[in-house]
Amino acid sequence: MTVGPGQAVSNVKAFVRPMGSWWLRNPFYRWYMVRESSCIVITAYAAVLLCGLLRLAQGRLAFDAWRESLASPWAVGFHLVALPLVTYHAWTWFKVMPKTLPFISIAGHRLADRTIVVSGVVAAIAASILVFLAVFLNAPRVSP
Amino acid sequence: MKRSIKPIFWSLFGAGGMLSALVGPMLIFVTGIAVPLGFLLPRETMSYDRMLAFVDRGFGKLAVLFVISLFLFHGLHRMYHCLHDVGIHVGAVLKAVFHGLAIVGTIACVYLLTTVGR
Repeated sequence: MTVGPGQAVSNVKAFVRPMGSWWLRNPFYRWYMVRESSCIVITAYAAVLLCGLLRLAQGRLAFDAWRESLASPWAVGFHLVALPLVTYHAWTWFKVMPKTLPFISIAGHRLADRTIVVSGVVAAIAASILVFLAVFLNAPRVSP
Repeated sequence: MKRSIKPIFWSLFGAGGMLSALVGPMLIFVTGIAVPLGFLLPRETMSYDRMLAFVDRGFGKLAVLFVISLFLFHGLHRMYHCLHDVGIHVGAVLKAVFHGLAIVGTIACVYLLTTVGR
């Protein structure tokens, strides 16, 4: 904060503009808040996994109790909310990637914004398919 | 000049953001929806024995560590910036708490990964 000439520091009244609910004022701000809120579910999801790891270290009974709790309506509900939020985070992450990445030049031409966004989305889809297939192909066979 | 530690946390935020953008939705679907409900994947996919075997391997340990730690660094870093957006102006102490939580979570994760199954 800058202090004007002849003004004692103790006399400065810092004006803090009231914020109200600025994020409700226009759709752009609303979507911004939706994107930012993904941090809550990403943190919570990491906590869920960390809890699972702790229960795994505690033994079979503890881990089975954790798995049981994952099937509860609250846990499934949380993941159902987290899924679209994190998907939206992913989309926005790639959408701003042309601005967040350093300039990439290939043969003297700057890589087009569109190319960067598309490659990010394609990479995410490929990685997701890979993860699902890795789990699916290694899943235990269910006896008929 | 004293060097700032900001770039470290910024990089961890970025790494977590990238990892969660690439595989976050699918991981949430698999571990939080498909397996617990037995939808597309059998419930026994995440049985005690299979998960123990998964974190027994170097790849499994690294995967678990990267996901938990980077998701924490990403989420908590963004969360403290969010507080500013909604009018809660966090000082250096609260900022340290958010980053500290991610560090504590990472240390806990490393400790559990080295002791699990022993």
